[in-house]
Amino acid sequence: MSKIDILGLDKTYATQPPVVALKGVDLTVHSGEFVALLGPSGCGKSTLLNMIAGFEQPSLGELLVNDLPVHEPGPERGVVFQEAALFPWLSVWDNVVFGPQVQGVAKSVYEPRAKEMLKIMGLSAFESSLPVQLSGGMRQRVGIARVLTMGSKILLMDEPFGALDAQTRLSMQELLLSVWQQLKPTVVFVTHDIDEALFLADTVYVMSSRPGRIQARLEVPFERPRQLELTTSSAFNQMKLDILKQMRH
Amino acid sequence: MAQSRLQKVMLALILPLAVVSVWQYAGSQPNMAGIVPTPLAVVLGWQSWIWGHAGLGLNPYLGTWVANVSYSSSRVLEGFVCATLIGVPLGLMLGWSRLAAQLVDPMIQGLRPIPITAWLPFSIALFGIRDVGSIFLIFLGGFYAIVVNTTQGARDVEKNLVRAALMMGVNSRQLLWRVVLPSAMPNIFTGLRVGLGISWTAVIVSEMVAVKSGLGYVLWDAYYVGRMDIVLADMVSIGLMGFLSDSLIVLLEGRVLRWRFLQNH
Repeated sequence: MSKIDILGLDKTYATQPPVVALKGVDLTVHSGEFVALLGPSGCGKSTLLNMIAGFEQPSLGELLVNDLPVHEPGPERGVVFQEAALFPWLSVWDNVVFGPQVQGVAKSVYEPRAKEMLKIMGLSAFESSLPVQLSGGMRQRVGIARVLTMGSKILLMDEPFGALDAQTRLSMQELLLSVWQQLKPTVVFVTHDIDEALFLADTVYVMSSRPGRIQARLEVPFERPRQLELTTSSAFNQMKLDILKQMRH
Repeated sequence: MAQSRLQKVMLALILPLAVVSVWQYAGSQPNMAGIVPTPLAVVLGWQSWIWGHAGLGLNPYLGTWVANVSYSSSRVLEGFVCATLIGVPLGLMLGWSRLAAQLVDPMIQGLRPIPITAWLPFSIALFGIRDVGSIFLIFLGGFYAIVVNTTQGARDVEKNLVRAALMMGVNSRQLLWRVVLPSAMPNIFTGLRVGLGISWTAVIVSEMVAVKSGLGYVLWDAYYVGRMDIVLADMVSIGLMGFLSDSLIVLLEGRVLRWRFLQNH
């Protein structure tokens, strides 16, 4: 069980003049659902994700994870950052086991799990490498492996593939889908890329800016498991066109 | 164009050789006697300072080099280790906690402009002509550099690294030691190197005035009795020790900051 309920959520920054980042956001994410938050820069999609993560607090409204209000970050909500945010002084292995270590989990418990997640992510050969020795895509895979090793039931992903080249981005999307298929975490995935949102998600929330709010909710009907060929089908393009119209609106 | 190693060494040697030649010429002029000893005289004086057997007390410098070097070095070591042990944790706190910064920072910034040399009389009054006074000055000189740089490093920790750590469930102690400290390490090493340089200045100045042993004491004493060969040999010795101790920190830095080095190359 790992659901997210957001009701009438506002976020205002007390600057001069005050900036309304989010206004009246309602959002429900079911256990095991893959949700994409889609919108242009400045629509508050990252702010919304940061509040679910517990990095920021709502100004008004309710934000519940498993029926409990969120006050602070925690391991049950694993965050994958845009620039991976790995500790540059730690090896891949030490980065991946950092969470269980600081939580005082027994080595016999986290070690096999970390090995497994590194294997799934195709990183087994790079355990002793430093983040700086890896490519952007591999760093992002370490970022995903470390939240999976913690056993986070909810994955919060903030444009995790935004800084990658097109080729790498596609293979990362496929990898993410196969991992999701295996482990079925609840995912909230922030992106400004319509193709990415449609290819990955069960439900796409289209957001608009000033103030940030949810403009439309679309259920993505494509069957799983999805292959990359899907993104060239006419049904896919039709949905893309619908969303484009929504965003121009 | 790639230069051979030999070419580089040759280029680096041109100026020192020129200086030594001029020095040798100047030192051998009759009117320079007693002011500028020739390089050869310095080498000979140094040799007896290092290896000479203490005689009947007519030459107080025979064979005392190792002892004096180790007096000065151990004072630097003690003062500098104290400065590090206090400066690094305090700097982390100041960079991390606004309350700590508001409480302590104005005091540090207010005292820092007072040069350590200005502390000498007060330090002698307080500690007397003893080791402690010297070590206090060395500590003070190293401390400012270390605490200021560490504070800066702790302040500059990347926000997303802190968020990532919080997301993984760190408590505040773990955050400080496992994230803020390693992240501030490059600044800390800058502080250590600058601080060590100041510590060597402090040991020489304090030994000239506040203690009766060490390279600084010999430097001033030799000047008084007109042993300019020892004065110059002493100066070179101080430079050598400063260089060696700095090299040790650079060596340590290379190991601790391997990630940083790889990042920049």
